Amino acid sequence: MSTLTAHHATITLCHRRDLVAHSGVVAWHDGHQIALFYLPGQPRDTDVPDRSEALYAVDNHDPFSGANVIGRGIVGNVGGERVVASPIYKQHFRLRDGVCLEDSEQPLTVWPVRFDGDAVVLETKTSEETK
Amino acid sequence: MNTPNIHPTPHDADASSMPRLIVIGNGMVGHYFLEQLVEHGVHKRLAITVFGEERHRAYDRVHLSEYFSGRDAEALSLGDADFCARHGIALHLGEHVLSIDRHAQTVTTERGDHAYDRLVLATGSYPFVPQIPTVDDGTGHAGLVYRTLDDLDRIREAAAGVAESDQRRGVVIGGGLLGLEAANALTSLGLEAHVVEFAPRLMPVQLDDEGGRALKRQIEALGVHVHVDHATTEITRGERHRYCMHFRDHEPLETDLIVFSAGIRPQDRLARESGLTLGERGGIVIDDTCVTSDPSIYAIGECALWSGRLFGLVAPGYTMARTVAGSLAGLEGASFTGADMSTKLKLLGVDVGSIGDAHATTEGAVSYRYIDEANHGYRRLVVSADGRTAIGAVLVGDNRYYDTLLQYVQNGIALPEDPASLILPHSEGAPTLGADALPETAMICSCHNVTKGAVCQAVEGGCGDLGTLKAETRASTGCGGCTALLKQVFEHELESRGIEVDRSLCEHFAYTRQELYGLIRVEGIKSFEALHSRHGKGELGCDICKPAVASILASCWNAPITDPSLVPLQDTNDTFMANMQKNGTYSVVPRIPGGEITPDKLIAIGAVAKKYALYTKITGGQRIDLFGAELQDLPEIWRELIEAGFETGHAYGKSTRTVKSCVGNTWCRYGVQDSVAMALTIENRYKGLRSPHKLKFAVSGCTRECAEAQSKDVGVIATEHGWNLYVCGNGGMRPRHAELFATDLDDATLLRLIDRFLMFYIRTADRLQRTSVWRENLEGGLDYLKDVIINDSLGLCEALERQMQHVVDQYECEWANALKDPDKLKRFRTFVNDQRRDPDIIAVSERDQPRPARPEEIAALTVEVTS
Repeated sequence: MSTLTAHHATITLCHRRDLVAHSGVVAWHDGHQIALFYLPGQPRDTDVPDRSEALYAVDNHDPFSGANVIGRGIVGNVGGERVVASPIYKQHFRLRDGVCLEDSEQPLTVWPVRFDGDAVVLETKTSEETK
Repeated sequence: MNTPNIHPTPHDADASSMPRLIVIGNGMVGHYFLEQLVEHGVHKRLAITVFGEERHRAYDRVHLSEYFSGRDAEALSLGDADFCARHGIALHLGEHVLSIDRHAQTVTTERGDHAYDRLVLATGSYPFVPQIPTVDDGTGHAGLVYRTLDDLDRIREAAAGVAESDQRRGVVIGGGLLGLEAANALTSLGLEAHVVEFAPRLMPVQLDDEGGRALKRQIEALGVHVHVDHATTEITRGERHRYCMHFRDHEPLETDLIVFSAGIRPQDRLARESGLTLGERGGIVIDDTCVTSDPSIYAIGECALWSGRLFGLVAPGYTMARTVAGSLAGLEGASFTGADMSTKLKLLGVDVGSIGDAHATTEGAVSYRYIDEANHGYRRLVVSADGRTAIGAVLVGDNRYYDTLLQYVQNGIALPEDPASLILPHSEGAPTLGADALPETAMICSCHNVTKGAVCQAVEGGCGDLGTLKAETRASTGCGGCTALLKQVFEHELESRGIEVDRSLCEHFAYTRQELYGLIRVEGIKSFEALHSRHGKGELGCDICKPAVASILASCWNAPITDPSLVPLQDTNDTFMANMQKNGTYSVVPRIPGGEITPDKLIAIGAVAKKYALYTKITGGQRIDLFGAELQDLPEIWRELIEAGFETGHAYGKSTRTVKSCVGNTWCRYGVQDSVAMALTIENRYKGLRSPHKLKFAVSGCTRECAEAQSKDVGVIATEHGWNLYVCGNGGMRPRHAELFATDLDDATLLRLIDRFLMFYIRTADRLQRTSVWRENLEGGLDYLKDVIINDSLGLCEALERQMQHVVDQYECEWANALKDPDKLKRFRTFVNDQRRDPDIIAVSERDQPRPARPEEIAALTVEVTS
C-alpha cells in the first residue's frame, strides 16, 4: 500500500503491534533489510524532525561481520547518544545517523521512517510521477 | 684490573663483541636478578648466558607445597615462558656447571666451555641430610628431601607405591619452616604426617619455647603428629610400614617414607673448587657490593655469606640481586647491608610470625607475653631496655598483629604508653597503626623493596587502582604477605588526595555489580526500569548494564527471561535462547545432563539436525551442538526437541552450563562412587541458574579424574568415603587449577556447600567475572572463603541456601515457556512483513555437513547466478 502526498511517497512497512518496545525487529523492503527500533515513552530526538515517537530505522546489515543482525542488537545510550550495539562484535551505531562510534568510516544507512497512525511508514524519494 | 670495560657505549654493542655475563643458577633469586638486568637495560649491553641445573625454569619455591594441592610446574613458574628468549638471554636448563677456571675466565659444563667477563653465582643451597644408619632397600624412600620439583615428584612416587588399604604414613625429619611445609605436602598426598624434631620445640630459629609449644598444639589439632626432642639413631626395616625409626630415649616409629628437612647448606662447591674465599662453615664470602674474593665474580642469594651470615629467605636474596644488577648497570651506591629476617607465614593454615630480635638477645631487653591456652595462641613483644621502642616479636595463631608490630620495629616508632596493648586481644584485632603514622621510608613490601614513599609516588603519578599499583611498583607480587597493608596505604593515599576510586558499572549506574545486587535484593526490585529510575542515570541504559541487571534479576527472582519487560535487556543469545554465530545463524544445544543420553534421544537429535540441515559437533561439556539454525526455525526445532524429552541447555546464558562426568563405579573397575548419578543431581539442581559468568561443573568417580573436575568452577571427585569438593578452577584462556575446598562429604553436605558457594559468588562477583578471577581477587583468599561457606563466619549460609532453593523451585525450561506463548514467538520472525528467509545466509557442504560459505565462495556463486 502506498499513499501519495505533494512531495513524498510513503510505503507502509509494518504496524506498531509488530514492533518490540525498547528493542528491534527487521522489515523487508525491495531487497533491503531495515532494522526498526521503537522506544515508546521516550522523548523524541530533537535532531530528527517529524518524529512524534522515538522510532529509528537503520540497515540490518552489519558491516563488520557481514551478517544481517543489527535488528537483534541491544539499544542503549553511550555518552548520551542513542545507539544500537552489534550483537556480533559489539560496535555501537548511533541510531539517528547510523555513525559507528568505534569506526566512523563504516556507518549504517539510515531510513526515513515515522508513524502514520499505527502504521510504520517509510518515506520514499519524490518522483515526477507522484506529484 | 685485567677485565675489559664492562660498560661499553651503546654504539659498539654488537652481540659478538659484547662483554659476556654468565649466571650460574636459575632459582628465585637467579630469575629475579635477570628481571633486574632487563629492567636496567643491561641485557642490551651484555651477552647473558644462564645455566640452571634443574630441568624446570625458575619457579616459586616458597609455595612448593601447592604442587600437591593443585598448582603444577607451569603454574609455579616465575615470569613468562619466553622471558629469556624475548630479551636475548641464553638459558640452558638441565645443564650442570662442572668447574670454573678463574684464570682463563671460563666455566665448563657437561656440554662445553664458556668464557665470561663477569660471573654471578646464584647457586642457592642444598638440603642437609644428617648421617643416620639406614637400611638400604634400593628405593631411597627413607632418604627423601624437599627442595625441588623433582624432589616432590620423588615424594609423590614414594607415597603412591604404598598399598592403599593401609593408612599410609610419612615422616618429616626437621620441624623448621621447610619441615612443616613438607608435612603439609605429605598431608596433601593423603598421608598421615609426622614431624620429628631434634630440638625441644618447633621452628627453633624463629620461635621461643612458648611459641613453639603453641604451634605444636595447633598443628597437632590439625592431625599432624609432632615429636620434639627426638634424636633419630637408626632406620631399620619396619613391620606394618616400610621403615622403623629408632630414637634415643623414645619409642620407635614406623613409617612408609622419610623426608629430610633438617636445614639447608649453601651450594658453594664450584666456589670452593675454584679457590674463592668461603666461610668457616661454608658460604661464599661477599662484600657490601656482593663481590666475592675474585673481583669478576659475584655471589647472591642463599649461597652467599655476608658479614658471617647466611640468608635463607628470598627477600635478602632479592636485595643482593638488585645490588649486583645496579652495579652492572653502572649505578652508584647499590649495596647490600644485611637484611631483616622477619617472617610471616601460614604453616598448615596456622599463622606464625617472627620479627627482629624474637629471642630477646639484646642486652636489657624486656618482654611482654600473651598466652591463650584455650586456643593455643601466643604473642610476645620484645622492647628495648629503656622501654621506648619495639625490637622484636613472636606471633602464633594470629598474624593480624604482624604488620603493625613490624612497622614499630622497623621504623623505631615510639611505643604507646602501655606497650602490651599492641599484643593484647581487642574486639577488632590489633590496634592498627594508621597508614598516615608510617614514615615515607617505611618498608611496605620487603620482597621488592617498595617503601610507602614509592607507593605515594605511584599514586601521585596517577595510579588509580590496586592492580596497576602492583604492576607498577611490583609491591605485593612476591610472597604476598603485605597485601592488606598495601591496600590500606594505597586507599589512605587516594583518600588524602581526595580521589575517589571509580568502580561504576557504566555511565548509567554509579554502582558495582555487587552493590546493584544488594539494591535489587534489599528493595525487592523486579525490573530494569524500577532499578534505573531509582538508582540510575541517563536515558536508556546500555549493552553493559542491561544484560548485567538482567542476570542479577534472574539470579534473584528467576522469572522467565522471555517476559516482555526482560526481553530488551538480554543479549541476542538470551533473547533468542540460542548462540549467535558469525553469519547470524544460531547454534542450538539441548541439555544432556551428565552427558548421559538414551539411543532414542540421540536419534531424535539426529532427526532434527537432518531435517533443518544443521552441522553437528560434540562439545567439550559432553553435549551435542547443532549449528546453522535460522532465526525463524528455532521455535520448530525446539518444539521437536522438547517433544523428544529435551530441555534447553542454557549454552547461550551466563548460567549453569554442563556437569561433565565419567562413567563412575557402575561400569568402571576403578570407580568408587556413582559419578553419573551425582552429576545428574547437580545438573538438575542448578540448571537455569544465572550468574555473573558461565558455570561449569564436573564429577569424577575416582582420583584418576577422567572428568577433569579440577579445571571447573565446581569440581567433585569421589573418595572412598564420599566426595571431595574443588572450587574456582578454569580452563580456557587463563587455566587455573581448582582448589580443594572440603573432603569426604556426604551427598547432602556436598550440595549444601555448593549451594552456598554459588550463591556467595553470585552475590559478590563482578560482572563477567569467572569464579577463578573472583577467587583470586577475594581478600583473605581460600581460607576466608572456607570460613564463610563452611564455618558460616558471616552468618549468611542460611540465607544463601534459601535463595538457592528459591531459584531451584522457580526453574522452568525457557523454551517450553516461550513455545506456549504466541506473542513471545513473534520475535522469531526474520522479517515482520515478509515470509522469506534471509537470502544472505548461504551454506556449502564440507565433510558431508553444511558450513557457512566464505565471502569468496559467495562471490563466485553470485557470478554464476548472474552470468
